[in-house]
Amino acid sequence: MISFNNICKKFGKLTALDQVNLEVKPSRSYALIGPNGSGKTTLIKCLLGLVVPTSGEIIFDGKSISNEWKYREKIGYMPQIGRYPDNISIGQLIDMMKNIRPSGEKTDDELIDAFRLYKMYDKKMHSLSGGTRQKVSAALAFLFNPPVLVLDEPTAGLDPVSAEILKEKIHGEKVKGKLILITSHILNDLDELATDILYIFEGKLQYNNTIDALKEETNEKRLGKAIATLIRQKELLDSIAD
Amino acid sequence: MTQVIKYIFYDLLRTRFILLYTLFLMISTFAMFQIDSDSAKVVLSLLNVVLMVVPLISVVFTTIHFFNSYEFIELMLAQPINRKVIFFGEYLSVSIALCMAYVTGVGFPALLFGADPSIITLLLTGVILTLVFVSLAFLSSVLTRDKAKAIGIALLFWFYFSLLYDGLLLWVIYSFNDYPLEKVTLVLIAFNPVDLARIVMLLQLDISALMGYTGAFYKEFFGNNTGIAFSLSILIVWVALPFRIAASIFSRKDL
Repeated sequence: MISFNNICKKFGKLTALDQVNLEVKPSRSYALIGPNGSGKTTLIKCLLGLVVPTSGEIIFDGKSISNEWKYREKIGYMPQIGRYPDNISIGQLIDMMKNIRPSGEKTDDELIDAFRLYKMYDKKMHSLSGGTRQKVSAALAFLFNPPVLVLDEPTAGLDPVSAEILKEKIHGEKVKGKLILITSHILNDLDELATDILYIFEGKLQYNNTIDALKEETNEKRLGKAIATLIRQKELLDSIAD
Repeated sequence: MTQVIKYIFYDLLRTRFILLYTLFLMISTFAMFQIDSDSAKVVLSLLNVVLMVVPLISVVFTTIHFFNSYEFIELMLAQPINRKVIFFGEYLSVSIALCMAYVTGVGFPALLFGADPSIITLLLTGVILTLVFVSLAFLSSVLTRDKAKAIGIALLFWFYFSLLYDGLLLWVIYSFNDYPLEKVTLVLIAFNPVDLARIVMLLQLDISALMGYTGAFYKEFFGNNTGIAFSLSILIVWVALPFRIAASIFSRKDL
């Protein structure tokens, strides 16, 4: 459904993405992992057209996304740090999004209800706590029933109850056949939600396989340990190569 | 498109700044009309206020607004909306808000004290100057990610065109006064939108001799109407060119 072909992105001298080749398909859920600053968010922003790749191209449903915007109808995006206009209330923000992004189908208000956001409809965005902001971002990402969900650190900053609600929602959407792309540092969450692991390090895609295959390769039962083993193996190989 | 503009526009009207700007212009216009009864003289005094204040306010307000609505722009760009629409929407809303403030601020008192045709020209030049400096401010905003730097660049534009350029022009004329400079000055003036606006106004008031050498020459070269048409068309280039450059930078900008 979406393929990244030789994506490179340079910010001045810094290479954020280096020859990333990747293909993602519906009904699967991809966990994008890697240390801070390894290029996860940049890759996601490339997909959304917020960052323009230095070279390479992204194909969405058979069409290149460069200078396109229509394809974003099919993406729900939950940013890592949701930044919203200050002077607007939650209710106004949601109304505005509904007006700006008219969808034929009924909107999906499930998360608005589950997070009880309607109780705070009058609150201004600048007065919200980080967690509430995160809930608003999540509700907006799912609101238009998009076939592709891009979630950048969805559970970071949420309280345990809300995090569970969100995880259940993500799981439900995956079962419905949507393509989900998640970045997270909480590996336990990913163990429940993801089917595939994409490991990015220093802008390069180092590993791309299913979680089951990873566990088998590393002989570990838990995802956390499996990834730790994977990283250690990579480091070992690198040190031999040097 | 209209939805986007509607939301930006609402947000703009909620800031008290536009209201204060309107009030300021209204009070100064009222005061000028009260001091002098000759409307041509009033227009001339107003012209000096307009030439300094309108570019300054346009430049500062636009840059601050652009960076304050960075979040909104980010949010919109992740939605199925064309980048050009967002940029054009921002430009249009800021320009409309500032022009409305200017036209009501100067136009309303003028209407009360009896409108003169020259007031219409004053309104027109003010509106065009607003558009020119909004364009320049958008250009400086997309050139950098840093708010302080962008305001700095925008203020530099204002400083250069309102103060420095005339000094440089005088220096050129003074240094090369052995040569025939009429045509050169004419070309050089086209490089400064503030001067162009001033010439339009002075030609309209038929006191271009007050502007000395260049004004007189301008008048002789073009005659009143051609001179006004020529200056206005160059001013439109001044609106369109920075806007085009800014839009093309914005369409490739990383957020």
